[in-house]
Amino acid sequence: MALLTRAKTGQPFSGRRGVSWRWLGVVPFFAFVAAFLIWPTLSIIGQSFLDQQRNLTLQNILQLGQPFIVAAYVYSLQLSAVTALGGGLLGGLLAYAVTIGGLPRPLRSAVMSFSGVASNFAGVPLAFAFIATLGQLGIVTQWLRSVGVNLYPAFSLYSFWGLSIVYIYFQIPLMVLIMAPALEGMRREWREASESLGASTRQFWRYVGLPILLPSILGTMVLLFGNAFGAHATAFQLTGGGSQGNVVTILIGAQISSDALSNPGLGNALALGMIVIMGVTIGLYTWLQRRSARWLRS
Amino acid sequence: MAFLEITGVRKSFGASVAVESFHLAVARGEFVSFLGPSGCGKTTTLRMVAGFEKPTSGRIVIDGVDVTDTPPNRRNVGMVFQSYALFPNMTVADNIGFGLKVARRPAGEIQERVTELLRIIHMPEYGRSYPYQLSGGQQQRVALARALAIQPKLLLLDEPLSALDAKIRASLRQEIRDIQRQLGITTIYVTHDQEEAMALSDRIVVMSRGRIEQVGTPFEVYNFPATRFVASFVGTLNVLQATVADAATGRLSVQGQEIRVARPLPEHAPGASVGVAIRPELISLDGQAGHDANRLSGTVADVTFLGPIVRVQMHLSGDVLHIDIFNNPQLRPPQPGAPITVRFAPDACLVLDDA
Amino acid sequence: MGKRFWPWLWFLLGASYFLVPLYATFDFSLRARRGELTFAAYANVLRDIKFVESFSFSLQTALATIVVSALVIVPTAYWVQLRLPRLRPVVEFFTLLPFVVPAVVLVFSLARTYSRTPLTDSREGLWVLLVGSYVVLSFPYMYRAVDTGLRSINIHDLTEAAQSLGAGWPTILMRVIFPNVYVSLLSGAFITFAIVMGEFTIAALLAQPAFGPYMNLLASSKVYEPSALAIISFGLTWAAIAAIQWIGQGTQARLVGPR
Repeated sequence: MALLTRAKTGQPFSGRRGVSWRWLGVVPFFAFVAAFLIWPTLSIIGQSFLDQQRNLTLQNILQLGQPFIVAAYVYSLQLSAVTALGGGLLGGLLAYAVTIGGLPRPLRSAVMSFSGVASNFAGVPLAFAFIATLGQLGIVTQWLRSVGVNLYPAFSLYSFWGLSIVYIYFQIPLMVLIMAPALEGMRREWREASESLGASTRQFWRYVGLPILLPSILGTMVLLFGNAFGAHATAFQLTGGGSQGNVVTILIGAQISSDALSNPGLGNALALGMIVIMGVTIGLYTWLQRRSARWLRS
Repeated sequence: MAFLEITGVRKSFGASVAVESFHLAVARGEFVSFLGPSGCGKTTTLRMVAGFEKPTSGRIVIDGVDVTDTPPNRRNVGMVFQSYALFPNMTVADNIGFGLKVARRPAGEIQERVTELLRIIHMPEYGRSYPYQLSGGQQQRVALARALAIQPKLLLLDEPLSALDAKIRASLRQEIRDIQRQLGITTIYVTHDQEEAMALSDRIVVMSRGRIEQVGTPFEVYNFPATRFVASFVGTLNVLQATVADAATGRLSVQGQEIRVARPLPEHAPGASVGVAIRPELISLDGQAGHDANRLSGTVADVTFLGPIVRVQMHLSGDVLHIDIFNNPQLRPPQPGAPITVRFAPDACLVLDDA
Repeated sequence: MGKRFWPWLWFLLGASYFLVPLYATFDFSLRARRGELTFAAYANVLRDIKFVESFSFSLQTALATIVVSALVIVPTAYWVQLRLPRLRPVVEFFTLLPFVVPAVVLVFSLARTYSRTPLTDSREGLWVLLVGSYVVLSFPYMYRAVDTGLRSINIHDLTEAAQSLGAGWPTILMRVIFPNVYVSLLSGAFITFAIVMGEFTIAALLAQPAFGPYMNLLASSKVYEPSALAIISFGLTWAAIAAIQWIGQGTQARLVGPR
């Protein structure tokens, strides 16, 4: 296909003015990406290795060792890991239920469209939805109190676990959106072949079903991890967004408004740390995705 | 006592009936094909034997054991799918050994068996490959080995060659037949390709719209089709419209020309309309000799040279008659437009009742 | 039926996680007056001049984003598919970068990089930065939508047919390619719309009077109105997604119809 395309495309125009003109077609795109994404990001990465006199330094990076920054990174990583696992598990089971679980078809499309909406749910609307649910006066809180379970003061929506529950709300739908097609790619014949060879349902899932799905499951969870790690609006709404925020994104956001403060290098280093973690995340995701694509090709 | 006995099986999905009054007895070691167009119920029947579908009514007995209510993983039946259905996460060796592994056989035995099967399918060096590295034909051979590894009582193949291209199809067909003979395994083979069914089978079950049309050896099914459907589905067939001229002596009139069939037709009144079926290869071109032969005259419409065979189309006032003759370098094929007379024996004619 | 127990359980669990908070929000938004259910909170929100202002600001921003994004993406996707297929992985990589660079890092980098330039020193400049970042954020959705749309039609043959009939490049793009991908373009546009309308981080950190920061502001000063706003915002996203689905069904019908 690729060969054919090239052969077909090469002829009519390239001969006219030489090959180089063809690149012009994608210049607007790359100019845009360069101006609004690549150049700013690269410049921040570069600046995080420069001091205010523009000399090469590792000082900014070393500043990341401050206890409150390490704490924020650890907190963010834990939050991302917990919500990736929790959202991945619940979302995976939900995706299973509406695809190959044998529930009525209309439920599948309902869950899929709802997931499309809910995965974009963040910030104020999400925070308020949970304040109305699990806040001090929330519906679930009151209902639990009426059956004799007092969530408060042990629980708080603004604590680690509170934040996790809120994050999972947008993690589940993302998992559903990505896993549902993967689950539907499971062929009925695999199940039948395994059965006719004498395997039980449990053996099928252990030796065939889960191993086939594993790269997709892991890949999607990695994506969820990144999704939570980069989230800002929801955490901002729930934690107030002060400069002593407990999540890395809040710290970075606070660095913008405190630009005038004496330490611009710290913000750059914070951003660099974030980019590195996200880069690793997406790289891992891509690798896992390729692996499952290779298997499922035939 | 037959090895596989299917008795009065019926399968309906809601209001639609997929298979009806299916009776079949298969002997040990026999190779039986289910042949029919898509939607005729052949695959559904196979899936009932495998246990993936449960008959609405009727019984299925394998080797004296009623398995009608047995789940597929207790039936010890090997299945080969059209889409290969190899497990993509396992090597070829792991795929073949899967059935033994879930049966908790010792590793040494599994390895031994896998090696033996790799040799049988002529792929001894492919044990460590993954399915996505193999061609379609190789994948299907592995699927066959995987099904055979558990030493199944029955081997079921569901259109196993349909996804392959013609050349591989022919060689793999032969390979399947050889392996089946070598192992003496009772086999059911589902196909819509009549040539495949005839080349492979001891017996063919021709199906249409959920019912068995005919059960017989390839020779019987081809030469003595029981119904008009079988006659038209298996091989090419000329069907001429005729009217009964003299029922007692089997004389018919085809477009005003008289022919004779081998038997009297007491069940038909004179003037009744019947169909006469004749295989193209049972008609010859030379109008001479053979005092008991039927003769029909018309004009040559078209001549197709197929190499070993020359296919002549003859116009017979409205009807078209196909005639297959062997290529003969000494004989020039007739030219289109030329008048022509053909000849065939009365016992080549098959009177189709449901004309 | 017993076989379906677990799927049903997972479904009900997931559904309650989704729906209970929504119900709670809705319920809360109706309790602006003690002892009765009322839409007063909604009325207050809709009457608020700041709501109208921020909403229309975000609306304009969203439309600008969609137009700019379409103008960049359609020719690019077309050109890549027609003339530079080898560049496809590169373009795909760059459209996916917004996933690697989170919004907060993006806005931080933009603010730092363009500080003390007209882009950060004027209202118009900041708005350009805002729309620019949104356009970048929209790339993954827009490019994928348009690329899929282009793949479903045979653009080589369409282009060559148009050329043989004497059409120039502007004509080909506007009258041949664009009409054929506008359905997929629309689905990308609606996702972009939903994202921009609710976006908080970039707008807030660039100090823009957008809908997201307004919601945040309201949340710190009012009790019941934010819930009403949450429901409104949810409804808005829902409408955008419903539009995508509705259009998507139209596409399928269109593709199947003539064949």
